Amino acid sequence: MDFLNALVTLLNFVIIPATAYGAQLALGALGVTLIYGILRFSNFAHGDTMAFGAMVTILVTWFLQGAGVSLGPLPTALLALPVGIAATGLLLIGTDRAVYRFYRAQKAKPVIYVIASLGVMFIMNGIVRFIIGVDDQRFADGERFIISARTFREMTGLEEGLAFRTSQGITIVVAIIAVALLFWFLNRTRTGKSMRAFSDNEDLALLSGINPERVVLYTWLIVAALATTAGVLYGLDKSFKPFTYFQLLLPIFASAIVGGLGNPLGAILGGFVIAFSEITVTYAFRRVVSYLAPESWQPDGLLQLLSTDYKFAVSFAILLIVLLFRPTGIMKGKSI
Amino acid sequence: MKKLLLASTATAVMSTAAYADSVTLGVIVGFTGPIESLAPAMADGAEMAMAEVTESGNLLDGMSVTSVRADSTCIDSAAAQAAAERLITADGVDGIVGADCSGVTTSILSNVAVPNGMVMVSPSATSPALSSIEDSGLFFRTAPSDARQGQVMTDVIMDRGISEVAVTYTNNDYGQGLADSFAAAFEAAGGTVTLVSAHEDGRADYSAEVGSLASAGGDALVVAGYVDQGGSGIVQSALDSGAFDTFVFPDGMVSQALTDNFGSDIDGSFGQHPGTDSEGAEIYHGMAEAAGFDGTSPFSKESYDAAALIMLAMQAAGSTAPADYAAHIMDVANAPGEPIQPGELGRALELLAAGEDIDYQGASAVELIGPGESAGNYREISIEGGEIVTARYR
Repeated sequence: MDFLNALVTLLNFVIIPATAYGAQLALGALGVTLIYGILRFSNFAHGDTMAFGAMVTILVTWFLQGAGVSLGPLPTALLALPVGIAATGLLLIGTDRAVYRFYRAQKAKPVIYVIASLGVMFIMNGIVRFIIGVDDQRFADGERFIISARTFREMTGLEEGLAFRTSQGITIVVAIIAVALLFWFLNRTRTGKSMRAFSDNEDLALLSGINPERVVLYTWLIVAALATTAGVLYGLDKSFKPFTYFQLLLPIFASAIVGGLGNPLGAILGGFVIAFSEITVTYAFRRVVSYLAPESWQPDGLLQLLSTDYKFAVSFAILLIVLLFRPTGIMKGKSI
Repeated sequence: MKKLLLASTATAVMSTAAYADSVTLGVIVGFTGPIESLAPAMADGAEMAMAEVTESGNLLDGMSVTSVRADSTCIDSAAAQAAAERLITADGVDGIVGADCSGVTTSILSNVAVPNGMVMVSPSATSPALSSIEDSGLFFRTAPSDARQGQVMTDVIMDRGISEVAVTYTNNDYGQGLADSFAAAFEAAGGTVTLVSAHEDGRADYSAEVGSLASAGGDALVVAGYVDQGGSGIVQSALDSGAFDTFVFPDGMVSQALTDNFGSDIDGSFGQHPGTDSEGAEIYHGMAEAAGFDGTSPFSKESYDAAALIMLAMQAAGSTAPADYAAHIMDVANAPGEPIQPGELGRALELLAAGEDIDYQGASAVELIGPGESAGNYREISIEGGEIVTARYR
């Protein structure tokens, strides 16, 4: 019984939240890694792209809620997601036409792209704040829990409760679907293969007749879909506030780099590594240990490695360690 | 032209003459800055007391009282000190109502008021640090110290038979001051505080913070935060994960937004915030309405009382010199004596002139304790059926 209680506590406070967070980071990091692999620069505007996509989705969700449309137990935002993706796609392609195409034609150095993306980031930042404001927005509806802590306790008779929120369930399911679709697209379709070819060796790809503008277009569209999905899932699971999306940039980049920039599998792995370490390092294990340890070994302290204030420092620390010992990331990516 | 000159000279002479038999009080509150929405009702409250005294004509044989306003900015100590310097040196005030926020109050007090021997009565500075500050007996406040709220919160929790709690606070002076004073009071009363941890406002996700609080355990969670900020996030996350279902809410959390956010999910939780059901508060609301401002605005009552205390102490001392009347502020504020409600300042002055004692109640049921700060009155609330209901007043 004690063992079960310990397991439930661990699931409730570490494994479920970390899995959901990891899935959100993985989707974000996939977008960053695709841009790095194919367009060859680090897109600092990614966090705000997520915010933009989530914002459009929220506005459409509010419209649908106003019109009385709902998905029953599922959040209405899922219905609004395609519109958000389409709007973000248009925005990204527009940005590419207005900003990045100019530098591509000049064969500019990657660092120039990075600085340009920094400017794009500030503009998107402003657009989102201008349209929806800087405050928290709530847009989740439908059933809140798949299983709530109280029902779980009553069902099992255990001392500890286990809460599994609908938003966490949806995050995991949607992330799996999105990743499966992405890999199918990259490995099985003609366009996907031409994207990979372009990423591996640009000159050779051009010589074999691949149209670079087409590859760029598809990349932006896929990135729009990934970023919007990640943004909406994060907003559903936690809350939507433009500033927190800006802060997400750090763990997302950490995930992409730790996994190996330019390597999609690495981005997913990196997302989970960052999420699990952020949460386990700042979690206080006293409750778990107190169920497992014998009476005389009961801990007095919290058994917490780092206070929760240092959450962001964990991403930095992992990033540094990985870059010191494996500059190309855990899975082999392009070295930077 | 000649006439105009003559007229203006005459006015100047007259105003100088008036100066000799009038009292000037400075009102220094944050007309700009983070509490600019509260400042007008505070200044209006203080000036209403001055107008009442002037009208009665009973202060030291018919002296009139004039007010000079200054801006404390609430956060900029340099600007606040300059404003206070101006009040003392240029305007020649005989006492200061203010300042408002704890930080600027501290710096004005130690750098301007104490060196110049000026009395300050703050209506709204609540930091516990001001209780032990070196003030040469010149500083008083009609607002309670947050240390007092920690004590009241301890009583509220203990009375409900809870002896083990976890505490989370918003990471600023208010949150930390309240959390520290509460933890000290609660442990002194024999309770156990399992963990005191900070949370940052404006995060999207508080599951990590709640995780460590849950691990520490406790029968209730004290949330010393803001309802529009991280406080609600903590409560939401604690409810979701089933970590806590009973919460204790201090003043920053008690508001309509709390029950709007959580409804009956937080039934059985409780808390307290400054408030009084005294007779004086009712009278004051009526007087403020007649004067055309909102008397229910926070710290407006305390401002009225701050100005009233200074003037009553002057009458008791028979002098407008800060050094003379400072010692009388505690006397007029506390028992024994005739209880005085707002609107009765004229009668109070008469009683004092006749050499009788008064016990100033005022708008906020003033009772000064310790180093000259309000004992404070709190409204204990509990959440029942998704509504905030008054349990009792303490």
